[in-house]
This record gives sequence, structure tokens and C-alpha cells, in this order.
Amino acid sequence: MPTASSSVPSQGSDRKDLSRPFRKSSLDVASFVFGGLTGLATLLILAILAIILGNIIWHGWAGFSWRFVTSGTSQGMFDVDQAGVLPMILGTTARVMLMTLFVLPIGVITAVYLTEYASSTSLFTRIIRGAVNNLAGVPSIVFGLFGLGFFINFIGGGIDEFLLPNRPEPVWGKPAIFWASLTLAVMTLPVVIVATEESLKAILPGLREASLALGATKLETIVMIVIPQAMPGILTGGILAVSRAAGEVAPILFTGAAYYMASLPRALTDQFMDLGYHVFILSTQSPDIERTRPILYATVLVLLLLTLALNFVAILIRARMRRKMRVAAH
Amino acid sequence: MGLQRGHRARPLEWLVERGIFLVSLSAILMIFLIFLFVGREALPIFFGRTNSSLVQETIPVDKLDSIPKPKLKEYLGLTDSELAGLDRETLQELMALKIEGAQQAPKDKDADVNTTAWRYLLKPHQWTGYDRAEFIWQPVSQIHKYNIIPLVIGSLKATLVALMFAVPLALGAAIYVSQLAGPRTKEWLKPTIELLAGIPSVVLGFFSLIVLATVMQNLFGYQSRLNAFVAGIALGLAIIPVVFSIAEDALSSVPRSYTQAALALGSSRWQAAWKIVLPAAIPGVFAAVALGFGRGIGETMVVLMASGNASIVSWSVFDSTRTMTATIAAELAETVFGGHHYRMLFMIGTLLFVVTFLSNLAGDLIIHRLKGRLEGKR
Repeated sequence: MPTASSSVPSQGSDRKDLSRPFRKSSLDVASFVFGGLTGLATLLILAILAIILGNIIWHGWAGFSWRFVTSGTSQGMFDVDQAGVLPMILGTTARVMLMTLFVLPIGVITAVYLTEYASSTSLFTRIIRGAVNNLAGVPSIVFGLFGLGFFINFIGGGIDEFLLPNRPEPVWGKPAIFWASLTLAVMTLPVVIVATEESLKAILPGLREASLALGATKLETIVMIVIPQAMPGILTGGILAVSRAAGEVAPILFTGAAYYMASLPRALTDQFMDLGYHVFILSTQSPDIERTRPILYATVLVLLLLTLALNFVAILIRARMRRKMRVAAH
Repeated sequence: MGLQRGHRARPLEWLVERGIFLVSLSAILMIFLIFLFVGREALPIFFGRTNSSLVQETIPVDKLDSIPKPKLKEYLGLTDSELAGLDRETLQELMALKIEGAQQAPKDKDADVNTTAWRYLLKPHQWTGYDRAEFIWQPVSQIHKYNIIPLVIGSLKATLVALMFAVPLALGAAIYVSQLAGPRTKEWLKPTIELLAGIPSVVLGFFSLIVLATVMQNLFGYQSRLNAFVAGIALGLAIIPVVFSIAEDALSSVPRSYTQAALALGSSRWQAAWKIVLPAAIPGVFAAVALGFGRGIGETMVVLMASGNASIVSWSVFDSTRTMTATIAAELAETVFGGHHYRMLFMIGTLLFVVTFLSNLAGDLIIHRLKGRLEGKR
């Protein structure tokens, strides 16, 4: 029996290893080097983040002024001394607020179904979850194509053809702030669903059981107990969705963003100017990139302030929520 | 949960619950609609029904009455309402113009080639003026050349550079944050790294165009300022938070008892992380890479601004390159609605959707399995 005979001495040597004093564990060279490398990778990512933000804040601050955020582009959008970004700020704000109206109810209701009603093991629930995850991974430019093909051509074109047949020009069947918002709502749906679900799961089951024991129906429990408790999470989802949508350019390229507009959008069917798209225009179409650099940096700073500030708030709320959850679990 | 009541007891509640169920289908519906409506515009290309050749068959003017209406509509490229609004004379004039146009087509052996056929989309072809068969994407020229290979290579090139840059960094950081860092450090480190995901891609594109491209060119001294390398690094910045989040999540979901057992047996923290936790979570790492790939190949603004957008086939990462996403973004605004160029861009969009769908599905399935195994559910 060769196996048995060979295993006996090795067992003996193992035992010897264990009986040695703790020396290797704290001063192991490989551990030191590789552990250090992972720390270095972390540090490098932080450094990149700091460089990007630092560069933008440093240069952006120079071109930033009160006038810049309160005036329009009527004097020409590449004019360093006159151009402002107020129409873009308003356009971006309007499109994300419009989007919130659609995405919040749908996202929250879907999350309620997934956590409160669906059985977590059924194939059907798996398919819904798979669809949500997949929707989160669809390229943003494909959302743009979808908005054009579905919202503008199919629905907008349909409205024009059947409800407004005698107009010489398309009313709904063209890029508009309404279609851009809807496209973004589809894109940010997973963000809201995932965040809401997380907060619904964090609610103690005892709370639901107490409500049911007192005679409330399931729906009453959800509306009056569960959703109010989950409000911070729902809010986080909304903020994250807004922050994500505010910076997206690809989905609105064909669905509503305008290169230049003399006036602000007045109707849902108007096009709009957008901060992110304006950054793209200033970076790539400027007649003199060196001269327009200050307004480019300042515009980027405004966009970044908008999205990162929102993100930061969402992260703070979420961190607080998780801590509360951990405390509750113990 | 209390008494099970039928829908007759509380009809309103029953109705609302049905409503909730219906709304929850929206995600499935949206995936389905995206596939349907992006694919719909590309269908004629898939089935070879578009014809982009310059020399088209013409119909003599006096045959106007003998051809059926749908065919006439298609032949003259009119919509229903336009066709109804035109009288006989105008129609005849249009047909005459069509014949005239056909006679003016260039005397070129490529003029009667239907460039939207699959053969020309995928295989190299020796166009007039070229001395060998080549892959060419050149939709805005006299002969519309629609070979998608340069775009596919461009997308892959930028994404691979991005993955090679982002995966080691993100994975290292994920190991550090989930296994080695103390709980206090972890508390601020994780959200800070995830802040990178909050930077809009147009800002990353701007940064790589204005700052990174110049720095990199000075550093490496290559020819074209904007190229797959710069685009890849910038793309990597967009991928890092994706890979980091998912990998960190997978590593953290490995039960603490694994690490504790390893530490109790005398291993160092690094050994426990590298030899115990990482192997247990390795499917999650693969999933993170798959999802990072999906994110990279679908990213638009970064590559549109940083890649240089020349559609050339080359294996060097220091050449200017054009990706599938950037092509759609840059060209769709200039296409004729319903024309072959328009449909071709939707075809690329469908391709992108299918590729990202598959990589997401793979990532999703892997993570689901991993979680099931680690939580001992299976």
C-alpha cells in the first residue's frame, strides 16, 4: 500500500509545521508584495479620479462665473466672453424631470412586485430579473436607435398619421424633448428597480407580519407600511437615475437634442439644448479649440457638478441605509 | 398570510394587484420592443431586400399603367400620400427622370454591385481604383461601401485595450477593498471608487480628447494623436467601476468563515484572499469581465471623441480607429430616412444589441449560479 505509507510521513511533517511559532504569517514576502500591489491598484484608481476631477475643477473654475450660468448663447455659442449655458442647464433639467415622472412609478411598482408578490424561485421571476439586468447593459446608442425607431417613427409617426392627418409638417413624428425623456426613462428603469428592491428587502419582515396580524390586507401593508419605510431607497434610486440620465448623450442624439436653438423649448414636441451634448459640440466642433477652452471647461464643470453632486447624495443616503440595516440585523 | 381571499371579496384590491403584475412586465416588454424596433429597421438588410447598386433596372415610361401600385411606389421611392397627390404627367416625368439618371450612372464595374449584400458586408472586395481586395466602410461616396469588418475590428481593439488596462486595476482594487482593507477604510473607499461611475461618458471623452491624448502622445511618441490606444484607456476608465463593483460584490459574498478558517490555520491575509476567497469567487470575476466587455463595446461618446474615427483595418493600437457605436452616432443624422445607409446603421445597432445581450446574459447566469452555490441554496 504505497499511498498509505507515503501519507504517514507527510502528515507528520504537517504536524511539525503547525507546531512552529507564528512567524511566516506576518512577514511573508509574497503576501507583502502582492497585497501591496492590490493597494497600489486601488491607489492608482483614486489618483486617476483625483487627476480628472482636479483638472476639470482647476481649469473649469477659471471660466466659471455667475454670468456663465445665467446667460444664453444668443451672442453665438463659441463666444468666450458672452456665451452661457443657462438654456442647456434648463434643457437637461427639464428632460430628466420629465423622465422621472415615467420611470419612478414604473420602476417602484416593478420592484414591489418582485419583492412582495413574486416567488423568488420561479422561472418567471428569473426572467423578469434577467430582463432588468439585461436592460441595464444595453448600449446607450442602441437606446437612441430604439427611441428613433419606436417612439419617434412608430408612435410619433402614428399620432401624426391618424390624429393629425392634415398637418404639412410632422408634429410628434420628429425629435422632441418628450421622446428624449421617454427614451431615457426606458434606459434608467433598471437603476430605479434595483435600488428600490434593495430598500424593500431591507425592511424587517416583522413589520409586515405585524401589519398583517392587525388585519391589514397585503396591499394596505405595502402602501401604508412597506413603501413609506422604503422611501430613502426609492429616493436613492430616483437620484441615481437622474444623475445617470443627466450625463447621457448618446440616447438623445437622435431623439431630441438640438445643436443650437434660439429659444427655450415651449412644448413637449420642441427640441432642446443639452449640457452633455454641448460639451460634445464644444470639444469637437469648435472653430478655435484653444480660444474656446475656458467655456468648454466651465461647461464640463457645470455638468460634473450636477451629476456628481447627485451621485454623492445618493451614495450618502445608501451608506446610511446600509449601516442602519446592519444595526437592525444584529 | 391570513385568510386567502378570492378576488370577489375585495375586487378593487384584486384589480390593483393585477395592475402591479402587468407593470412588472415592463422590463421584459422593453427588451422585446428594443429588439423588435431596432431590428425592424434592419430587416431588409438581413433578408437582402435592399439594393444600393447605382445601375437599377428601369421601367419604360409607357408601361406606367401596367405596373401595380406598390411596385411603382417602391420604384419611384414615394410614400402612399405622395403617390396619391401626384397626377399622371408628373409620374411620367418622374419615370423619365429615373431612366435619365440610370443612363448617367458611372461606367464602373462596381456601379451595378448591390453593396448591401452580405458578401460585401463581410468579405473583402477589390473596388475600382484599389490594387487588391480590401475591407472598406465608406458609405458616403459614389459607390456606397458597407463592409462592417473595419468597424468590428475597431470596436474589439478599443475594448480589448480597455479590458487589459481596467481588469487588473479593478480586480486588484476589489481584492484590496473586500479582503485586505479595514472596515473603516472600506466604508469610504468603496463609494469613492464607485464615484468614477458617476462621471458621464461625455466628460471622459472630453478629458481623453483634450488632456489624455496629448499626454499619451508625448509619452509614447506615436503618429496619430487620437487612436485605439487613447480610446481604450479612456474606455477603461468607464469600465473600471463596472468590473470593480461586480468583482468586489462576488468576493464579499464568499462567507467570512472561509477566510477565518484559513487565518486560523496560519495563513496570511493575502494567502487567504488569493488562495481561498478568489478561487471561490472566480466565476464572479469572469462575470465582471463579461459585463465590462459589454459595457466597453457599447460605449459611445468616449470612443466617438477619442478614437480618431478613421475606418481602417489595422492591428496596431496606435492607428486611428472607428468603432460600431461611434459610426452610428456620427452618421445617422446624415442618412436618408429609410435608405440603405440608415438601415445599415440599424443593422449595426442590432448587432451591438445581440452581442451585449449575450455577454450580459452570460454574466448574469454566472453570478446567479455563484451566489446560489455560496449561499448553499442549490
